[in-house]
Amino acid sequence: MFWKSTYNEFIKIAAKPRSYIGVGAITLIVGIILFAMKADGMNFISFVTAPFEQSLSFEGNILNGNLIAFIILQMLIIHVPLLIALVTGDLVSGEAAMGTIRLLLTKPVSRTKILFSKYLAGCAYTFIILLWMGFMALIVGKWLFGTGDLMVLNSDGLIVLQEHDLGWRFALGFSVAFLSLVTIATLSLTLSCFSENSIGPIVSTMAVIILFNIIGALDVPVLQKIQPYLFTTHMMAWRSFFEDPLPTEKIINSIIILLVHIVGLLGIAMYKFNKKDILS
Amino acid sequence: MPGEDKIIEVSHLVKHYGKFKAVEDVSFDVYRGDVYGFLGPNGAGKSTTIRTMLSLIRPTSGQIRLFGKNLLTERNYILQRIGCIVEKPDFYKYLSAEKNLEIFARLSGVSVTKSKVHEIIEFVGLKGREKDKLGGFSHGMKQRLGIAQTLIHDPELIILDEPTTGLDPQGIIDIRNLILQLKNERNKTVLLSSHILSEIELIATRMVIINKGRTIVQGSVSELLNAQELIVAFSVNNIEKARQLLANASLDKVIDKIESNSILLHIPQEKIPVLNKLFCDNGIDVYSIEAKRKLEDYFLKLINA
Repeated sequence: MFWKSTYNEFIKIAAKPRSYIGVGAITLIVGIILFAMKADGMNFISFVTAPFEQSLSFEGNILNGNLIAFIILQMLIIHVPLLIALVTGDLVSGEAAMGTIRLLLTKPVSRTKILFSKYLAGCAYTFIILLWMGFMALIVGKWLFGTGDLMVLNSDGLIVLQEHDLGWRFALGFSVAFLSLVTIATLSLTLSCFSENSIGPIVSTMAVIILFNIIGALDVPVLQKIQPYLFTTHMMAWRSFFEDPLPTEKIINSIIILLVHIVGLLGIAMYKFNKKDILS
Repeated sequence: MPGEDKIIEVSHLVKHYGKFKAVEDVSFDVYRGDVYGFLGPNGAGKSTTIRTMLSLIRPTSGQIRLFGKNLLTERNYILQRIGCIVEKPDFYKYLSAEKNLEIFARLSGVSVTKSKVHEIIEFVGLKGREKDKLGGFSHGMKQRLGIAQTLIHDPELIILDEPTTGLDPQGIIDIRNLILQLKNERNKTVLLSSHILSEIELIATRMVIINKGRTIVQGSVSELLNAQELIVAFSVNNIEKARQLLANASLDKVIDKIESNSILLHIPQEKIPVLNKLFCDNGIDVYSIEAKRKLEDYFLKLINA
């Protein structure tokens, strides 16, 4: 019954027009970035490499598909949560708003299974969005700009990663980015269990992300104590895979923090959903 | 109905929301084959009771047994045997009628073929609309689809909470006929909550009336109503003579109202032929005898008591 319920949730997500907003938005944004890079990418690269040109000389195809994918991932990982929350924030509250939750919960499937089905479908949607972003960034990027070594600028300076060393970094980077987005999906699903309209959980999810980002950016000692435990602090953990040497401990710590959030939020969602009186 | 197969046993059901007492003490039994009327004014606790029976709401106290099993411990076993509409029949607007039925069938614990889906759609009179999205359906069509949804897994018990709300007169008749078909052709037990008393009177075999969260009365519709005095309208050719005749027989107290060509009397059912004979024997022509608004009067009498 669980898999039938999950299949139902896939059908519902696939049939909802709002599910395609994310795919459309990513296609549009990545398309614009690719167009802008094609038109004026070398100027952008010169701006980044200018401080190093007195001591280093850059040869080869610097503006390549790998760099484009890295830039796109860095730019979009902040905005994709809204596209994810648009669908996952509606999974429970949307049913309440439409009234279908009454029928859904009078079927012989436990509430835990129904919620977990929704969660699984939400995670699959998140994966598809990220996969589409990866395809647009990496595959289309390489097709348009060719391939080459990846030049990454971080707080320690400029790192050049060999082309043959990039495949596993992108794979693991995307995996941790997926974990970050699943945390967002879990948060919005949890908030969805507390609401009877679609907009509330979506807006609340974004409000939490903005609030946590502000707390994370404030250089105040009392807030610095909690900053390492906020999931937003670890949203960019995927970037650590493009450091050399790899900060393994930092990456594992981020994964643990994100997993703790996922498990905790899912626990709250399960509790609320199971106890909820359906009055709508 | 002792000895018969009880399908629903609700005993001393209580549901409080903080200080608000939605249901105080509701008890009733529904037997296999009943079309059971569930009556009460707005706010009486009907919907709360039905939602509790369907595990949408947790009771504060009391016990609900369906098919001889406790709802709290055997939820899935019980829900597999129930089809229901709770208030409005809401569906996924972005899916077709057929897809909506498939979605709910998949969750009902039975495998349902496409031909079964089409058969049910035809049964409720929606043939030809199965591929249409629900966004374009009228309220009446959604009600029909709601009934289709209750039947898709061939349940033993069908619970319909206000199934005719918002329907036009033709829609009400159609739904009433569908309910009668469920009982007569498909041998379903139906629990029907409704505000429309004439509807219950026409199709229910047994009923319960609740008010302010408490059971007031339950039993066979005909027995409950026959035990009560009726308002009977005798349409006669000479009203004044009829009134005088009743006064002479010391029956003037039963007169409820006198209209231009009929006299309305508050009498038990067995008095109807007696009075008819009395009028005829005394040269009064009786054109018609009509028992009026039985359940409505009975309901109001109980509610206002």
